[in-house]
Parts: sequence; C-alpha cells; structure tokens
Amino acid sequence: MLLIECPYCGRRPEIEFHHGGEAHIARPEDPDALSDEAWANYLYMRANTKGWRHERWMHAAGCRRWFNAIRHTVSNEILVTYEMGTETPPLPTVGD
Amino acid sequence: MTKFSIVSIARNALTHHENWPRQWRNPDPKPSYDVVIVGGGGHGLGTAYYLAKEHGVSNVAVLEKNWLGGGNTGRNTTIVRSNYLWDESAHLYEHSLKLWEKLSQDLNFNVMFSQRGVINLAHNLQDVRASRRRLYANRLNGIDAEWLEPEQVKAFCPILNVSPDARYPVLGATLQRRAGVARHDAVAWGYARAADARGVDIIQGCEVTGIMREGNRVTGVDTTRGVIKTRKAAIVVAGDTSVLAGMAGLRLPIQSHPLQALVSDSIKPVLHTVVMSGAVHVYVSQSDKGELVIGSGIDALTAYGQRGSFHLIEGQMAALKELFPIFSRMRMMRAWAGTVDTCPDASPIVSKTPIDGFYINGGWGTGGFKSTPGSAWCFAHTIARDEPHPLNAPFSLDRFVSGRLIDEHGAAAVAH
Repeated sequence: MLLIECPYCGRRPEIEFHHGGEAHIARPEDPDALSDEAWANYLYMRANTKGWRHERWMHAAGCRRWFNAIRHTVSNEILVTYEMGTETPPLPTVGD
Repeated sequence: MTKFSIVSIARNALTHHENWPRQWRNPDPKPSYDVVIVGGGGHGLGTAYYLAKEHGVSNVAVLEKNWLGGGNTGRNTTIVRSNYLWDESAHLYEHSLKLWEKLSQDLNFNVMFSQRGVINLAHNLQDVRASRRRLYANRLNGIDAEWLEPEQVKAFCPILNVSPDARYPVLGATLQRRAGVARHDAVAWGYARAADARGVDIIQGCEVTGIMREGNRVTGVDTTRGVIKTRKAAIVVAGDTSVLAGMAGLRLPIQSHPLQALVSDSIKPVLHTVVMSGAVHVYVSQSDKGELVIGSGIDALTAYGQRGSFHLIEGQMAALKELFPIFSRMRMMRAWAGTVDTCPDASPIVSKTPIDGFYINGGWGTGGFKSTPGSAWCFAHTIARDEPHPLNAPFSLDRFVSGRLIDEHGAAAVAH
C-alpha cells in the first residue's frame, strides 16, 4: 500500500485516498462553442503515461480536498504532492 | 502441422513422446508483410489465424516483445461467458461463446473449454433487480440465462453459504450454463499453431519501438529487430495500448490499471462451477489441477508495474471466506498481476482509427479472455476489409464522439 503525503493532513495510507486521473485538464471556457470532437477530447481522451505523470488525488477519508501529485506509473514512486492552484512542478526528465 | 489424433498419440507413445515436432516455426522477420499484428497474445494470434482462414490473408507477421501468451493471456482467471446487458455486447460475446464451443475441433488443439456454468450472485434488492433485468435482456438476445432462488443456489453449489445471517446474504443468482472456463495457455498455443500452419510468421522477442507513417498512412513499424514495412498495422497489446497508439500520435480514452489474481494449493474437487459476486467482489473457480483460481477488482490507481496492492487481496479474501466458510483455512500458493486497459464505458475498442492502415483492438478491461475468439474474428474482418463487421461496428473509436457509449459496468462484474 502506498503512503501518500496529503498537503493538508500529512502522510496517510493509500486506502484513505481517491485517485482522480490526469491532472491539469482545463474545463473549456465556452463549451457551447466546442465541436463534438473537441468535447469528446476534453471528456474522455487522457494521457496514460508510462512513466512520470501529473495526477490528481482526493483525501476521501480525511480532509476531502483535492490535490496534485507527480507519480511514476511503473515504480509507483511519488516525487511530490502539491496543492491545487500552486505552481506546477516539472516532470523529471531522467530516471524514467 | 502434425494432426493430433488418437493415432498420432499412440505412435508417439511408442517413442516415449520424445519425437513430437515443433508446433510452430520461429522465423526471422521478412522485410515486409501485408499485415503486421503487434502483440502475440490470444487476441493477436487469433486475429492472424482468422485473417488467414476467413480472408485468405496469410502474408502476416505477429510481433511479440516477450514470448507467446506471456502477457495477459498467461495471467488471467480464464472465465468465459456471454451474459452481458446491452445488445451490442451480448451479440459480440455470444458470437465469441459460439466460437469457443467449437474451438478445440477448429484448431485441432484441446483448449480444455469446460461449460461448467457461471453464477453471478445478488446480495441486495438492487442486485436482484439489476440481475433479473440482465437475465431478461439475455433471453431476448437468445442467450441462455436462468434465475436461481437461494435454495436453488445452494443446491447448485452446496459449499456456498446462503444463510440469511451472512453479512452479505445471497438473495439469488443468475446462471448461464453454457458459460465456463478454458485453458488460457492452450488458447494462445492453439491459435499460434493453427496460424503458423497457414503461413503466418510468429516472431517472438521483437518489440515495436515506432509506428512509421507517410502523411496519414501507415508504412511500417520500427522494431528491435529492424524495420518491417507494411500498409496495415494492427495493435492488440493489452496493457500498452496507449503507449503503442502514442507512437502513431493517437490519444485514446484508455487508462491502464493493475489487476491481480491468486491461486490456492491444489485440493480435491469441491467447486464444479464458477461463482462471481460483483457486490462483495470476488470470483472463484477450481482449475483442473485442483487449485482455486480467485480474482477481484482492479487497483484504483493507474499503473503499469504489474503489481497489485495487498489491501485488495485482503478484501477479496474476506469476501471469499464469507461466501465459502469451507475455504477459511486454505493456503494461497501464488499471486500475480497484469495490466488492464479500461475504457470509460467498460467496453472495448475494436476499430479502425483516423490513421489509414492503423487498427486498434484493446481496452477490454478485465474481460478480455472470454472474448478472445470473437474479438479476433471481428478484428480480422476489420483489417481485411478495412471496415468493421456489424458485430464490432458499435465498438468503434468514434462512439466517444457520437456519445453512443455501451455502458457495461454492471455486466463486467468487476469494478473498473
């Protein structure tokens, strides 16, 4: 089981958390103006990176707040967790 | 190809079974093929077989980065059934089940298909209603389905705990008698042998590292054993669908998750059917060797590590023990995990893509094994004719744009 650092509550076991998939997907500002393809792209198409990726977590059994993380999807190593709205840390470029 | 028969077995028995020939060649890749299939699992090998058999396309290579059937084909819980809710899925899985029923004869290879029945338990009123709805949908589609009351469940599977005092009491179950299990390795080997006999080159230890394009058309694949030219490249790589599609510049609605299973010590036959429970989340059957084969749901996080988390095993074992008190002191022998590609509607993608000559078969989630023959049969049609068969047309990539999703989260029976 992973130990995940909630930015608000500290280090807690994985079962307290809800995984939220790829992070930093901006909701379209004017949905009515989108084509069906663009809407499908926003709703369904996701990076499914094999390696480091930005993703969202929610501390479901704790503060119930969303935050972001950089995790390696093969080793499961979590590099950093950070609050929503703060500056996005870059993905590591080595050690993939 | 040696034809397996009572005569060939008797003849080889005289030489202590030491002179059986190789069942498929191990060729070097040719510079070009009509069709290159990436992925040597059951679906990929089956696709090659049906391309040669049904469509006369035998200048085909199957590229496998490791060894045959060593991916998800070699690490699944072998359950075969067709009791899906929606018409699109029911037709596809039922077509598959009909192919399963004749597969050993068709391939001249015993895939050990055993129609021992599958029961899906209902533990609360909502389960009962959803199960019965699915049962009537199955019958309308000509698929065998029966409803069992708790005492009938007990009669059908005596070791199951149907006590009203159970934490999750059994309020009934659906039964599909034609469903069952098959030997996963034999499916890969049988298709490999039969495809090879029809001229398909099966190339192991050959990893695809790039998809080559000219404009919007596929021209070949780059591999660890050199460039292979082709005008039709088809990827059938559960676990790595997104990675391969990414090589062609394609984004998919797929997320990859670990899915694990485990096997107990061998015991005498006690469980003659397959029992599944979506609500308490365990499914179990007994293999011909006597092991209990036990599965449950996927890990919630996306990951490629082929490792599942222990807390899932804990929940799965608790459910198993509640349903089958007789198993409470069983020892588990080994556990393993694979990577499953899941789609938002829990249905697969068997489809052409916006790139000419590039085809995708993936996203089967937790239920790919049961569909192996049907999936391969439809995919071969899609590749050979460059258009989907009516059976797999609803499973095209464009359903995510049209909104015609096929929501099978309930019938998938495994949370994903």
